[in-house]
Amino acid sequence: MFQVRLHGRGGQGVVTAAEMLSIAGFNEGKHAQAFPSFGSERTGAPVVSFCRLDDREIRRREPILEPDCLIVQDPTLFHALDVFQGLKPGGYLLINSTKSWEELGIVDKVSHLPEGHVVGINASALAKQHVGRPVPNAALLGGFAAITGEIHLESVEKAISTKFGGKIAAGNIAAARAAHAAAFGEELEDA
Amino acid sequence: MLKQLEGSHAVAEAIALCRPEVICVYPISPQTHIVEHCGELVRKGEMGNCEYMNVESEFAALSACIGSSACGARTYTATASQGLLYMAEAVYNASGLGLPIVMTVANRAIGAPINIWNDHTDSMSMRDAGWIQLFAETNQEALDLHIQAFKIAERLSQPVMVCMDGFILTHAYERVDMPTQEQVDQFLPPFQAQQVLDPVNPYSIGAMVGPEAFTEVRYLAHEKQLQALDVIPEIASEFKEIFGRDSGGLIREYETEGADTIIVTLGSVAGTVKDTVDEMRAAGKKIGVVTVGSFRPFPSAQLREAVKNAKQVVVLEKSFALGFGGVVANNIMMSLQGTGIHVHTVVAGLGGRPITMPSLHKLFEKALADELEDMQFLDLQWDIVNAELARQRAQINSGPVAESILKNIQVDTAYGGAASHAAT
Repeated sequence: MFQVRLHGRGGQGVVTAAEMLSIAGFNEGKHAQAFPSFGSERTGAPVVSFCRLDDREIRRREPILEPDCLIVQDPTLFHALDVFQGLKPGGYLLINSTKSWEELGIVDKVSHLPEGHVVGINASALAKQHVGRPVPNAALLGGFAAITGEIHLESVEKAISTKFGGKIAAGNIAAARAAHAAAFGEELEDA
Repeated sequence: MLKQLEGSHAVAEAIALCRPEVICVYPISPQTHIVEHCGELVRKGEMGNCEYMNVESEFAALSACIGSSACGARTYTATASQGLLYMAEAVYNASGLGLPIVMTVANRAIGAPINIWNDHTDSMSMRDAGWIQLFAETNQEALDLHIQAFKIAERLSQPVMVCMDGFILTHAYERVDMPTQEQVDQFLPPFQAQQVLDPVNPYSIGAMVGPEAFTEVRYLAHEKQLQALDVIPEIASEFKEIFGRDSGGLIREYETEGADTIIVTLGSVAGTVKDTVDEMRAAGKKIGVVTVGSFRPFPSAQLREAVKNAKQVVVLEKSFALGFGGVVANNIMMSLQGTGIHVHTVVAGLGGRPITMPSLHKLFEKALADELEDMQFLDLQWDIVNAELARQRAQINSGPVAESILKNIQVDTAYGGAASHAAT
């Protein structure tokens, strides 16, 4: 089982991101379970959502205590709460920021993680560019596909099209592709 | 057809497949997504001629359902928590009149203190109201139970409440196998009412009954519940013939073979319990699980049979009768009287507190070591409770309790507002 915990703030699509990730997993024939942290949603307040991916039925329904991957949609949360809680020793961290670990103040928290498992992407900027709004959720899923290899970019694109239609879907897909490339240190030609 | 859906949307789609004729609703969290999606499906013309009535309160919603069901229309509504309390008078009337309404209860705590999160206090407050109460373990089962519920309700002419854990199921995206319209049509015939208000053939429904006949009418309502003990498994097996899967029924057993300790629970926590039991079984521990699918009628004989070889039963429940103890445990103790099987009560998950595998491991190990108290609260923070008790003893004007507790509690927001110390 691969467990993902997503941290962000109300309005950033944190819950939708977990739902889309579960749809992407489903698109590959996996069992997938996504759920929110069930708080009172307020714009700007810290929000947590969860997604589990597995090849067999997922029965447990506890919050994800020991994630394999953390997706942090807002780096200011590093100072607001202990987002690293329970992260597995070989886990992944995907951050919506290209600032250095020093600038983010997370060196102590991430230096033990395997090389290539901590990746920063400026997903808000990619979303602003492609969608017109700095909503980083779909873009980060492109990055997730790149760094973890748990799902394919095509499944993320299909999941985005399931959740959104028309221009919004197209923009988010473009942002996810750009983020996928950025996670490999590349830049798309016509991005 | 396999789909990855939010639980609420899966239920709304299942309701549409049942061809309801009237849906009367008032939204309340965490049920809102169900009735919103029902509304969308009606507007898009995907529910035939279904009349969708958005009324002004829960009391009005169920009252309108009573009227439409009495006129012979297949009728659906949904509610939760305070909404169920607000419709309480109509809840008793619907069953007293024998009207086969189907209602989802997206289980949520009852205030005060106000709390939008999940536990079973709402459904349990109506356990004696004469409705059949079915509890879903997964979203697949939630949607399957709704399809079965119309058939059970209409066969017995009694209302059915399908209880599904608020947020944990209603807001979870997971894989469901959505039946086809043809399958549902084959399973669920058009509604033929036992009683209908019809101007062509007029009679009244809802006579005043005095001491001369009230006991007999009430006994007959009890008799309907006893009949349901046969009808529920019958319909679950009819369901399996057409849809090819086990869903519903009175109880379900898991790893009970050779188990000295059996956990009895209901609702969505059963999955977390089963995963914990798998780990303990792998370590050679003799532990199993029984899930209660039907809480009303209560399947006493089936439960007794399922746990007869166990030494102890641990009832894990999300409800609690203040001043007494467990609600479900009380029913189980009565079912097991004379067997000598020791019954422990564990109250867990109140107001949305996560029930985690580390906590369940500790609890079950304690049970296996014969060290479990008769009654206990999972993850209760005694330091907080004792500090508050001391504070209250020290000053008469100690102020409101909830506010004081909130000041003293550390919430660990890494896994969400309601999770506190559970993993430590």
